[in-house]
Amino acid sequence: MIRVQEKDFDVGLELSRMTENHHEVGAQSVFVGLVRDMANTGKISSMTLEHYPGMTEKQLATIEEEAHKRWSLNDVLIIHRFGILQPGDRIVLVATTSPHRTASLESCQFIIDWLKTKAPFWKLESGPLGEVWVDSQEKDERAAIKWDTEDS
Amino acid sequence: MRLLYFGWVRARIGISGETLDPPRNVIDVYSLIDWLKMRGGGYQEALEDPTLIRVAVNQEITTLDTQIHHSDEVALFPPMTGG
Repeated sequence: MIRVQEKDFDVGLELSRMTENHHEVGAQSVFVGLVRDMANTGKISSMTLEHYPGMTEKQLATIEEEAHKRWSLNDVLIIHRFGILQPGDRIVLVATTSPHRTASLESCQFIIDWLKTKAPFWKLESGPLGEVWVDSQEKDERAAIKWDTEDS
Repeated sequence: MRLLYFGWVRARIGISGETLDPPRNVIDVYSLIDWLKMRGGGYQEALEDPTLIRVAVNQEITTLDTQIHHSDEVALFPPMTGG
């Protein structure tokens, strides 16, 4: 399941819902991304996440589908927020469930690596130098590409 | 043609989207960018270096050599920073 929303989410509640009455699940992995207060330009006061409505949902659905193709999973949950966020706020939740730990752990990492470079979001940080757009990171590109080559 | 701009491309152009009628010689994303740059101002500033521009045609990520048509939705933006 994917959700793109402005409001916060309750991690505990979301994780419980995924496994309720699903006794075939043996492993659940989770990643929560947060707004960090330190940027290259100093301490930030807020971060605005802009996205491409419509395409965002399509891209997240593609990523979810790809995870299901590559691993034997019971369920995938991706929640991505947009709008104005403060340091400490949650940005993204990725959770996967599977009968065994390896599939849930690996697929969780795969999804977050793909999100970094394939989900149409752009981050604007407000800090001491005013507003600064967050650049894409070469290390994020490499992390995403790694999943292309390992399976080919 | 429906055009959408995001991130610093949107900020530099100054609007989030518009509907334009490009001339016949605009056949792909490269030529669209060249044509938009001729409009000057924010367009020139935003699209100066096409290697920094990423594109989606009808909400599918693609490359700058993709052919485009009047009925397409074309989005121009910087590299994505999700997660």
